Amino acid sequence: MAIRSVSAALGAMGVVASCLFSGPGRAAEPIKVGEINSYSTLPAFTLPYRNGWQMALEEINAAGGINGRPVEVISRDDNGKPGDAVTVANELLSRENVSLLMGTFFSHIGLAVSDVAKQRKVLFVAAEPLTDAMTMEQGHRYTFRLRPPTRPQVAVLVEEAAKLPAKRWATVAPNYEYGQSSVAVFKAMLSARRPDIQWVDEQWPAQGKIDAGATVQALARAQPEAIFNVTFGPDLIKLIREGNTRGLFEGKAVVSMLTGEPEYLDPLGAETVPGWIITGYPAAQIDTPEHKAFLKAYQAKYGELPKLGSIVGYSTMKSVAAILAKAGSTDTEKLVAAAAGVKVATPFGEITYRPEDHQSTLGLFVGKTAVKDGKGVMVDWTYKRGEDYLPGLAEVKARRPAD
Amino acid sequence: MEFLFSQFLTGLASASSLFLVASGLSIIFGVSRIVNFAHGSLYMLGAYIAYSLVEHSGLGGGNFWIALPVAALGVALLGLLLEVTLLRKIYHAPELLQLLATFGVVLVVQDAVLMIWGPEDLLGPRAPGLAGAVRLFHQAIPQYDLFLISLGPVVLALLWLLFHRTHWGTLVRAATHDRDMVAALGVNQASLFTGVFTLGALLAGLGGALQLPRGAVSHAMDLQIIVEVFVVVVIGGLGNVFGAFLAAIIIGELNAFGILVFPQMTLVLTFLAMAVILVVRPWGLRGKPQSLAHGAAVAGGRVLRRLPPAAGKAFLLVAVLLLALPWLGSGYALNVATEMAIYALFAASLHLLSGIGGMVSFGHAAYFGLGSYGAALAAKSLGLPMELALLAGPLTGALGALVYGWFCVRLSGVYLSMLTLAFAQITYAVAFQWSSLTGGDNGILGVWPSHWASGPVAFYYLTLVVCGGSILILRHIVFSPFGYTLRACRDSEIRADAIGIDARHHRWLAFILCGFFAGLAGGLFAFFKGSVFPDSASIGTSVDGLVMVLLGGIQTLTGPVVGAVIYTALRIFVSTYTDYWRAVIGVVIILLVVAFPQGIVAWTADRFQAWRAIRPAVKTKEKAA
Repeated sequence: MAIRSVSAALGAMGVVASCLFSGPGRAAEPIKVGEINSYSTLPAFTLPYRNGWQMALEEINAAGGINGRPVEVISRDDNGKPGDAVTVANELLSRENVSLLMGTFFSHIGLAVSDVAKQRKVLFVAAEPLTDAMTMEQGHRYTFRLRPPTRPQVAVLVEEAAKLPAKRWATVAPNYEYGQSSVAVFKAMLSARRPDIQWVDEQWPAQGKIDAGATVQALARAQPEAIFNVTFGPDLIKLIREGNTRGLFEGKAVVSMLTGEPEYLDPLGAETVPGWIITGYPAAQIDTPEHKAFLKAYQAKYGELPKLGSIVGYSTMKSVAAILAKAGSTDTEKLVAAAAGVKVATPFGEITYRPEDHQSTLGLFVGKTAVKDGKGVMVDWTYKRGEDYLPGLAEVKARRPAD
Repeated sequence: MEFLFSQFLTGLASASSLFLVASGLSIIFGVSRIVNFAHGSLYMLGAYIAYSLVEHSGLGGGNFWIALPVAALGVALLGLLLEVTLLRKIYHAPELLQLLATFGVVLVVQDAVLMIWGPEDLLGPRAPGLAGAVRLFHQAIPQYDLFLISLGPVVLALLWLLFHRTHWGTLVRAATHDRDMVAALGVNQASLFTGVFTLGALLAGLGGALQLPRGAVSHAMDLQIIVEVFVVVVIGGLGNVFGAFLAAIIIGELNAFGILVFPQMTLVLTFLAMAVILVVRPWGLRGKPQSLAHGAAVAGGRVLRRLPPAAGKAFLLVAVLLLALPWLGSGYALNVATEMAIYALFAASLHLLSGIGGMVSFGHAAYFGLGSYGAALAAKSLGLPMELALLAGPLTGALGALVYGWFCVRLSGVYLSMLTLAFAQITYAVAFQWSSLTGGDNGILGVWPSHWASGPVAFYYLTLVVCGGSILILRHIVFSPFGYTLRACRDSEIRADAIGIDARHHRWLAFILCGFFAGLAGGLFAFFKGSVFPDSASIGTSVDGLVMVLLGGIQTLTGPVVGAVIYTALRIFVSTYTDYWRAVIGVVIILLVVAFPQGIVAWTADRFQAWRAIRPAVKTKEKAA
């Protein structure tokens, strides 16, 4: 496919570039990186993600690669199945002889690949999986993760939620681990800060199969003053449309996970309900120099605004490059040693992969929804640094198995 | 009280949407006996086409009401094309092959939608004129819901008029009752089937287009609706439109009220309801016992015989090649071969149940999944070594089949198939939600083989010996008295009964046996992948098994093994080289179905037989000369 030959072409470009730098005669052998993601199952997120890592790869190779060697990414689709992800991981490791693995979106697939990395003793840089278990209970020496997991995402929202006057809260979340742990953490944290809060209802629609009208009515019946939402994608769209029609959100505060990410906010359009407290990514508005440079390059290359997936893809690739450069080798033990504490420049600023739990300090944006020209936008946002919300050393020690 | 009333109306609105799609599926099945897996794809296309018409035709306000019938007609046209170009060619193939063909269509449509409409979720406008809500008993009810609620009965009435007041409708009803008799009376079956399929597609397209004002148009719409719609059709009674209407109301209301009482049960409520209804009413609410004995239809009139001695040599050669594979292929090739061997056993166990026993399971992943979890839990929770934990797989699989099978053997045909699906979904939901035992959707990790078997070569040999041996045992069972008894029960239950065979008892035994071997495959799979997820008991895994069996050919013994090898190879290799692997595999499946309607192995065997029949004649001629 065209896309896969792009990475080959980029690799070739890198070879040319490194030849220019290192003089004629010796073409350096490329460093092979194996990449796995749910391209066919979740294209709305993974296609921008691929744009992101491809742009980063191009930049890395244009700058002469890593220690004179170009980087080549061999990318595979996991078909949305953990079993298939293990198959392609094995293929990348035994047939393509990649030096390390990166990628994945779904938590269970990320965990499956992470377990392969542990078994085969190879570095895995997880891009997106949100489950806390990945760096805590199931954490191990060979897996590092970029995105802030469920707990800090919730913690950021709890800070804002605690400021609200609302006392009666209801929750709605998809019926799987991500939804369940988000709600559990949210309830525990908010109740700890605000003992006066009452939890009046919880709804657990099956992911992708929400019965939106019934769910909205059930929520309305409990007469909450505020709602914590974890649904996203098509379920969220249905929930909002039904909620708007039936007046569910009138006079109620809503705190909502991930809703500000362009992947989920853009399709809402004029249906966006203003004033929700959300986490997300206000791509067009961030004016730090590093983000401006990223935005300009991304728009020049793809002609559209980046999505959060683009940031994740770009930053994962840059993390891999930083680890490779720091290690000065493709030996796994050296890579692992280098990855602990490595600093990476991302569009959100410099991040560090914490040695204690292998979690990066990439942060997130929290803000409010608004409607502008018939489109949903994120306003009044601030950037929250990951290090301020990630679990402390004591908690890591208690929950994460020792190497 | 007011709240309950408005919740009831909400349930009715969902019921109407379900009914429109389900009625189309029911009509198609009633007449042509096609299990149209692509019905959800037609529904999804209806929604996407309506979206494009509303957003890009530039007709301005009120546009949705024009887009609605146009999209439905467009989908009807696609249905017509599908019937004429594909399904018509395979009406004479064994019944289930059309299911395989429509599965190919599902895959192609998924990628076509991605290519045409892009990856993002799309949100259409609200319905012009019905955008708001009305207040009934102090509750806000969306106007569009009221429109949907009234549309359901209107469509039901129109269908009733069509089937009872027109000549064509009378023929359709006659064909639903006894299609051979209708054909014998000189009715052109082909055009009747085309008409029915087109009508079904129209209803699916309409159902999809009607969803536009209710929420997002997305890629997953097809698979989200198809299972639920099958449930409605089966609960209602196959081919019975009024039954589908009743069933849709039951499911719609159950979902609406179920979330008030058991908000955590959303995954499984529908399937629990179906299981209960089928156990109480084996032919659904309004269905009648099928005129055609379903098991006989599976066999397609072909008698399974032992292979000629010449084939033994070929098998010996294959066995030698398999044993020599570690010297011929790389570590990765061994990996792929291991996966193929596991799936071959899975498919072979499904084949004993479906091909030999005549009980087509849509939920065979239940036993595969139970086996995976059994083995993984034995290793992780009980701390057993791999050798012992592997034994736990077949035992849990057999235990599951013992319980589920007891209920299933009381049913027949598609009703039995759907009950197996219901049990598989219940198993899936338990694996998914019983987090303290199964780890929920984050699964069980770190299920790796013992040290001696951890290398690719050792694990390959382990799998080869276990799976190869099991497949030989399965083959032996087929030609044992038990196997012949099963086939007798499949081909004529009445005659089997007359000579004193307890069909139910034998079928139950078959279930347990197949559960045992599927569980064994599942246990191996757990150690092969190193982790277990609810995924292994999902509908996707069941469908994969069915595709393997049908692709190879349900009437031969080697068919499922060949099907498993080909399908696994396609999935692994095609997805390595293209993002559009679904479209490629879909097209390959469609081509294979058209080229080998009996399955690949049966086709090859027929050619071989024909060649052998000619050869002696040629030789004698040569001698004479």
